[in-house]
Amino acid sequence: MSFSGELVTDPQDALDSGALSPGEAADRAVAGILDAVVRPRPGAPRGVVVDSPPGAGKSTLVVRAARELVGAGERLMIVAQTNSQVDDLVDRLASKAPDVSIGRLHASDSRPAPEALRHANVTAKDKVADLLELDVVISTAAKWQWVKAEQPWRQAIVDEAYQMRSDALLAVARLFERALFVGDPGQLDPFTVVGTDQWAGLSYDPSSSAVVTLLAHNPSIRPHRLPVSWRLPASAAPLISSAFYPYTPFRSGTGPGERTLHPGVRSDGSAVDAAIDEAAGSGWALLELPARHTVRTDAQAVAAVARTVQRLLERELTAVSEQGSARLTAGRVAVGTAHRDQAAAVRAELARLGVPVDPALGEAVTVDTANRLQGREYDVTVVLHPLSGRPDATAFHLETGRLCVLASRHRHACIVVARAGIAELLDEHPSTEPVQLGVAVKFPDGWEANHAVLARLSEHRVRLA
Amino acid sequence: MSLLSTLARLEAVRGQRAEPLATVRHRHLSERPMVLVPLAAAGEAGAPLAVLLGTDREAPRLHLVPQPLNRTQRSDFLAAVAADVVPYLESFGEQVELLEGSEKDPVSGEKVPVVRELCADAPQLIVPNAAGVSHLALLGRSTRFRRTAEDPDPGEYPAPTQVPLLGRWLTHLTDRAQVPGSSMLLAMTGLLARHWATGQSNLEDQHLAARLAWHRPPPGLEPAVTGAAAAEWVESERDAEGLPACPPAGPATDPTFDEKVLAPAILRHDAAVAVWERAEAARDAAESRRAAGLVEQARAELSRVLLAATLPTWHDVWQGVDLLRGLPAAGHLPDRWEGDRWSFTMHRDRVAAGEPPQPRRDDAVTAARKLAQREREQAKLEIQEALDDPLAMAERRLAGEAFAGEVVDVVPEWSEGRSPKPRPLLVVRTGDRPHADPGREVYRAHAEPAQRAEIVSAEPGEVVVRLLSGMGRRKDPEPGSVPEVGSEVVFTLFELTARQSAPLPDPADTPWTHGGPPLVGEDSSAGTDEWE
Repeated sequence: MSFSGELVTDPQDALDSGALSPGEAADRAVAGILDAVVRPRPGAPRGVVVDSPPGAGKSTLVVRAARELVGAGERLMIVAQTNSQVDDLVDRLASKAPDVSIGRLHASDSRPAPEALRHANVTAKDKVADLLELDVVISTAAKWQWVKAEQPWRQAIVDEAYQMRSDALLAVARLFERALFVGDPGQLDPFTVVGTDQWAGLSYDPSSSAVVTLLAHNPSIRPHRLPVSWRLPASAAPLISSAFYPYTPFRSGTGPGERTLHPGVRSDGSAVDAAIDEAAGSGWALLELPARHTVRTDAQAVAAVARTVQRLLERELTAVSEQGSARLTAGRVAVGTAHRDQAAAVRAELARLGVPVDPALGEAVTVDTANRLQGREYDVTVVLHPLSGRPDATAFHLETGRLCVLASRHRHACIVVARAGIAELLDEHPSTEPVQLGVAVKFPDGWEANHAVLARLSEHRVRLA
Repeated sequence: MSLLSTLARLEAVRGQRAEPLATVRHRHLSERPMVLVPLAAAGEAGAPLAVLLGTDREAPRLHLVPQPLNRTQRSDFLAAVAADVVPYLESFGEQVELLEGSEKDPVSGEKVPVVRELCADAPQLIVPNAAGVSHLALLGRSTRFRRTAEDPDPGEYPAPTQVPLLGRWLTHLTDRAQVPGSSMLLAMTGLLARHWATGQSNLEDQHLAARLAWHRPPPGLEPAVTGAAAAEWVESERDAEGLPACPPAGPATDPTFDEKVLAPAILRHDAAVAVWERAEAARDAAESRRAAGLVEQARAELSRVLLAATLPTWHDVWQGVDLLRGLPAAGHLPDRWEGDRWSFTMHRDRVAAGEPPQPRRDDAVTAARKLAQREREQAKLEIQEALDDPLAMAERRLAGEAFAGEVVDVVPEWSEGRSPKPRPLLVVRTGDRPHADPGREVYRAHAEPAQRAEIVSAEPGEVVVRLLSGMGRRKDPEPGSVPEVGSEVVFTLFELTARQSAPLPDPADTPWTHGGPPLVGEDSSAGTDEWE
């Protein structure tokens, strides 16, 4: 996660938003943003940046901004970071704005998802020339980099801009004059596997996030903020806000007790069921296995994760929220891990237990890494703690964004499965990354955020013998 | 760390010997490498103290700065190093291959044939460890902007022409060393770490002599053993005065050595120089001659102690070279070395064309371009290592990114449509468990031409794939293009060619998001010399 060095607040934030209801506070923020995007004052900066905490209505904002810009007669290009983000956005925009013509620009060797193509107002092509007449053209940053700019757009929206790398923005910025950058500063930073130390501290470090570079070169841009998380329940928003967004707090759109979970089948007395009951009651549970150093695909931890998911589905939970009450089904449950091989192991174990994990065969439990869960939302999540069973705590495992993503995907409850001893492990591994001149200090650091989350989880601990 | 390298480390602990991580050598080794063992002076970042260098292991040459704080002596040192290293580097620029290609004419837009020069070989520098590479980068930075007598404004202290040239070469080589798989400037610890696992931590592996103690008993250790005990002896054994039995591989020197050996020798040299200067000032010829003798003596003593501090590492580096030469070269080495040759040739051409030295900092576009190149080369390296080395492929198989097995059945099938194409099914018996969902594209390793396939089903022990390409244009597959029953095949889930990088704008077209085009002259080389 990255924050610009200077902490700026938008005038709207100075208002005591506590006096407003969550809905009013959010509406006011959105109105201010749309105004800045659709009706910029003369001399206003060419970019508008919106920082959005998890589930604060970022996608809704993008759809509304797109509609209003098209309504004002603009041709619009939208840049997202992954193909699934693009397909999601196309689907959402096409259903909300059936009168807007949408082009889905895709790579020649990949097919867009069927959800994106089912709308009459969506055209999918692998050549931009076939889409130039349409109101909105949407593609990934990787694909936009190859587009030749004979006819640049005036307006662009960059979605998940904090996940976009500075060098990708460098390659696509020639395509537009003004842009709305929307993203979550608390999620995973872009990364690279090769050495980039020689550019650390440069304002345009190609491996840093696009927003960091943009703000460094355009100091007049003041980031806007979305102040309310509609996804996170009242049990989670304060923790996530204070642990990961200490300087830009947000609150939950729902109050305590407005989101509940009710098991339809009684506990069988096992630790797994006790953890589910704890999570249903409080929104959090820590299912703790005995301390042990393990390989990454710790078979016992994987089995505990899979068993928890199986029991979640067997116990016929009902999720009650402001949107009504619904059975907790496989499609509303996700498992989050740090590594791909862990996700694969969980998937294999779930398949063995007969829990659906293949979306091609119908509704299924999502099992994926933090990177791929970014931007997703579920009722209940089961998380394999990134530090579980590890003998060391590397920068990768300590990255705040990874934990933030894993702990902020749920609408009702989050169950964390971990080996005991993580607090001790953290204390043995203070961060030792070298300090680079000119690089804004990352705050909070992963060490601190991990401890904050762990302290909260330990209040909801259930031991698995 | 992958499962396989963890296993190799465990086996190294059990056997108290280094365990192979590769069956072939994955980095190019020159027939005539230049080994450098640089030492830095304590107390000032990047201050050179000495360097032992050469291309002949029997004849290393020592250059040193008798008083590391003295800028004149440092200049003399750099001039001597430049006079030694630059001719070696430039000697590779003479033999060239001529390659015919075509280029788009910028005016007419037509393709015109061009002949390009590619140097037949390139230099290779080997230093003991990664810190040695960083030290060379600092030397490069501090010398590439030095002004020479040939400059229009030579300044007060013009340097020999070769000094800024050395700086530009060192900058180029240290920059190139960041490109994965490149071999023009290598750190021996990194080379050994790629090819062998030891039973100690990565941090301990940075100590070249300790690392080598897992390969052969360290010289001087009785009884002669390898492994953890030997490595610990190398790291910690000191004589009665507290001096290490094995001096560290640099650039940092041992503090006890600094205190008890180096500092007194430098002081004696300083005193002799002071006597000589006084005699010169007093125009006392006899005293001056005597003092010159003292200076000579003091310098010889410094040479002796610094040679003793570098020679063990010198031999260690050559031992490492021997170990690596014992491995057969990987199949894709000539391909990657050609990249190094191009890099060398292009830098040679830039110097010959009179271009200014590399700027202090990369501009936004150059930085992005270099990052893209490094990522592309990293992807290429991973692919080529997997194809060249069954052990590297085994790591990918264990990670579920590839599977190998025997073809137990081939079902000939064809695509639908007017001109059916072969789409045979292969049933592969394998113990691997690839993370392969049906429909996923896979690539057949070592297929010529390239061959794609699609996963039809993946059950434990058996994977069924459908071949999609590489079988010719006719209705029936070209002979030999479909593996036969009983043959061994390897399929990968990762693509076997690295993707191209997307185009970036010209630096002059740097967009507003990145601060616009860089200002010209912001980085002129005519600025102040860096350490004066």
